[in-house]
Amino acid sequence: MEQITTNILVSGVGGQGVILASDIMSEVFMEAGYDVKKSEVHGMAMRGGIVTSHFRFGKKVYSPLIKQGEVDILFAFEQLEGLRWINYLRPNGKIVMNDHKVNPPAVNLGDMKYPGAIPEIIRSRIRNFYLVKGTEIALQLGDVRAANVVLLGAISKFFEVKEDVWLKTILNYLPAKVHELNRKAFSAGRDQTS
Amino acid sequence: MSGNEAIARGAFEAGVKVAAAYPGTPSTEILETIAREYKEIYAEWSPNEKVALEVALGASMAGARAMASMKHVGVNVAADPFMTLSYVGVTGGLVLVTCDDPELYSSQNEQDNRHYARFAKVPMLEPSDGQEAKDFMKLGFEISEKFDTPVMLRGVTRISHAKGIVELEEPVVPPVSTEIRKQTEKFTMLPSFARIRHRVVEDRFLRLKEFAEQFQGNRMEINDPAIGIISAGISYQYAKEVFPNYSYLKLGMVWPLPENLIGEFFKKVKKVYVVEELDPFLEENIRAMGFKPKGGKNLFPICGELNPSLVEKGMLGRKFKAPKPFFEEPLPPRPPNLCPGCPHRGVMHVLRKLKVYAAGDIGCYTLGAYPPLNVINTCICMGASIGSAHGMAKALGEKGSGKIVGVIGDSTFLHGGVHPLMNVAYNKSSATIIILDNRTTGMTGQQEHPATGYTIRGEKTHRIDFAELGRVLGIENPRKVNPWNLEETESVIKEELENDQPSLVISEGPCVLLRRAFKKYNKPLRVDSTKCIGCKTCVNLGCPAISYQIVEGEMAMTADGKKRKGISFIDPSLCPGCHLCYQVCKFEAIQSQEEKPIFGFETM
Repeated sequence: MEQITTNILVSGVGGQGVILASDIMSEVFMEAGYDVKKSEVHGMAMRGGIVTSHFRFGKKVYSPLIKQGEVDILFAFEQLEGLRWINYLRPNGKIVMNDHKVNPPAVNLGDMKYPGAIPEIIRSRIRNFYLVKGTEIALQLGDVRAANVVLLGAISKFFEVKEDVWLKTILNYLPAKVHELNRKAFSAGRDQTS
Repeated sequence: MSGNEAIARGAFEAGVKVAAAYPGTPSTEILETIAREYKEIYAEWSPNEKVALEVALGASMAGARAMASMKHVGVNVAADPFMTLSYVGVTGGLVLVTCDDPELYSSQNEQDNRHYARFAKVPMLEPSDGQEAKDFMKLGFEISEKFDTPVMLRGVTRISHAKGIVELEEPVVPPVSTEIRKQTEKFTMLPSFARIRHRVVEDRFLRLKEFAEQFQGNRMEINDPAIGIISAGISYQYAKEVFPNYSYLKLGMVWPLPENLIGEFFKKVKKVYVVEELDPFLEENIRAMGFKPKGGKNLFPICGELNPSLVEKGMLGRKFKAPKPFFEEPLPPRPPNLCPGCPHRGVMHVLRKLKVYAAGDIGCYTLGAYPPLNVINTCICMGASIGSAHGMAKALGEKGSGKIVGVIGDSTFLHGGVHPLMNVAYNKSSATIIILDNRTTGMTGQQEHPATGYTIRGEKTHRIDFAELGRVLGIENPRKVNPWNLEETESVIKEELENDQPSLVISEGPCVLLRRAFKKYNKPLRVDSTKCIGCKTCVNLGCPAISYQIVEGEMAMTADGKKRKGISFIDPSLCPGCHLCYQVCKFEAIQSQEEKPIFGFETM
C-alpha cells in the first residue's frame, strides 16, 4: 500500500454526477483498505453551478480539503471546470478531463466567450494530460448519464486497485437494467487512458 | 459516511426517540438519514426551527432523548425557546445540532454559532470529523442528562458534507423512561420560578467548567514543544495536516473552556497559536483568562472558511511560498441558475416586465437577482419579503402604489411568512404578495412541508391550501396563476398591483425536478434558424437550455432578408418543454413540437 496520501480533485457542473463519482471512488479505496476522506459542497451547486469534490486516500488522512498545489490528479468532467482548477495541481500532477463543454450563463447570453482551445492550453502546460471522450462514448452507448462511468474507467487505470473492485462498486450504485451498459462504459473508459 | 450521516447514526446509537428539523444547508441530510435508516426514531420536518426545537423540548420533558437539527441561521429562529430551555433544562437528554456555513456556500450570512453556547450558558461540542460527530452525539446526551442542560453540537459544511470512515456501535438504552411527569416549578418559567432557575444555570455552569477539564474530547498532543496550536473542529484537521509535528491542544468542547488545561498547555509549549475558523471565539476567551497566544486572528482571516493553505500561510507568514500557477487569465464565472423549465422563471419574467420592486426571500427564486433576470431586490431571512414589502409600501404611500411586491416560496412562506401575511391583511397593505408554490422545499433538495400533503416518511397527510389560508388571514380574493402561462400571469399580477387592497397571488407550478408532480415532460422546443433575428428576448429568460450563438456570412440574414448578428439555440438534451420561450418570441422562430403548444406541463 502507498504510504503517502493521494489527492484527487473532481470538478464539473451541477448535474454531471461529480458527487456520485467521488462517492464511488471513496468506496473503492475504502474497500482497498485505505483511510479516505472527501468533501464537497451541496445546496446551490445543484442548479447548474460549479461542483467540486476533494477526495483523498492514504494511510491516515486529516484534512478533507486538499492544499492548493498538491492535487495529484485533477479529474474534470467539463473543460472550463478543468481549466478553472488547474492551479491546484502539483507540478507533476495529472489531468484527466472529459472532452465536453457546458456553457456558463454569461456565455449563453452572448456576454462572454467560452475560452477557446482549452485542451491545447492545458497540453502546453501539463505533461500528463488525458482527454477522455466521456460524454461522446456515453452518447454512443445510448445514455449520456453513463459519462461519469466512462470517466471512472479512465481514471481507474492509474491505480493498483483491481478492475473488478471498481466495477462491483459502480454497479452497486446502479439499477440492474443499466449494468450491461455501464460495464461497457467502464471498459471503454479504461481504453481511453491505456 | 458523511458527517451528517454520522450525526444521525450517533442519535440512533444514543437511543434518541424524537428528532425534528427544518431543512437547511448544510444540515438537511441529518433528518433525511434518520427518516430513511432509523425507523425506531420518530422523525419530522417541522414548519420551522422554532417548532422543531419545541417538539424536541416536549419529548425531553416526557423523558425521551430528543434532538433538533438546523442550519446556523435556523438557530436564530429557535433562539426564543432555546434561551429559556437553558433555564428549564431537560428530563431526557436534548441535543441541538447547529450546522454552520463558513464561506456562505448556501446561506445569507456566515454567523459563528459558538456564540450561542456562551449566550445561553450551555455546553457546546465540536467534532472534527465523522467519527467524532457520531461519538460526540452520544456524549452530548450523557452530558445533557448529567448536568440537566441542553447541549449544542456544532458542525460546519466541511464536517456535514465530508465523508470519512466511522466505526459503528450498537444503540444504548437511555437511562430515563418516558412518562408524564409534572415538574411545574422546573418547567414553568413564571418570574418567581425562573429566578430560581437562573441561579441553577449559574451553578450548573461552574460544574460544567470543572467537567470541561476532564472531558475526554479535550486532549493535549505534545510533540515539538516549541510551537503549540489550540484548535477545535475542522480547523484542527487543517492544522494537523500542514504541521503534524507541532503540539496541539485539541478541544472537543468549545464551551465552557477548560481554563486549567489551557494553562497547562501554555506551560508545556513555548509559543501558542489559536487556529479557528470565523470569529476569534476561542482566542478572545483565552485572552480573557490572561493567557497570551502569539497568534490568532492577526494571522488567519475572520471571513470565509479556512483550509490547509490558509493555515500554512498564516503560520509561516513571509516564509510561505505560494505554489506557482499554471494559468492566470480570468475565466467566465458559473453562478447557479434556475433550472430549465423552472416555474419561477415565468413569474420573474413578468415582474421584470412590470418593473416592480421585488422584496425576495430564501429559496431558489433568490437566484432571480442575477442577470439576465435582475428581478429580486432583497434577501434577508425567511419571511422578510412580506414583512419588508409591507413596510416599504407604508413608507412610500402613493409613491409606491402598484410597484411593491413580496416574493416568497411555499416552504419559506409556511416557515416564516404566515405572520407577515396576517399583518399585510390586518394593517391594510397595498403591497402585492406572491407565493411561488412549487410544492416542495426546492433549494435544499426537495423536502416535504405542510402544503405538500406528505410527511418526511412519505405518509399522506393534510395539505394546506394557500388560497384558503390567505382568506382566513384576511386576503379577500387570493388569485391563482399558472406561471408557465405568461399572459395569464401578467394580467393577474397587474390587476393585483393596481388594486390597493391586500393582495395575494399564488403561482402554482411544481418544481420541475419534482417528478411525481408531472404526468410527463414535453418535447423540447426548436429554433427555426431561418426566422430567428437574434433579438435575445428568449435568451434573456436566463434558461440554461437556450444559448446565443454568433453567426457570420450567409447565416447573418434571416430567410426574409433581415440582418442578424446571432441566433438562439435550444439544447434538446436540457429542454423539458415548458414553452416560455415559445411565448416570448415575436417572430414565430421558436417552434413547439407538441401537436398543440402547451403552456407548462400536465401536472398531477
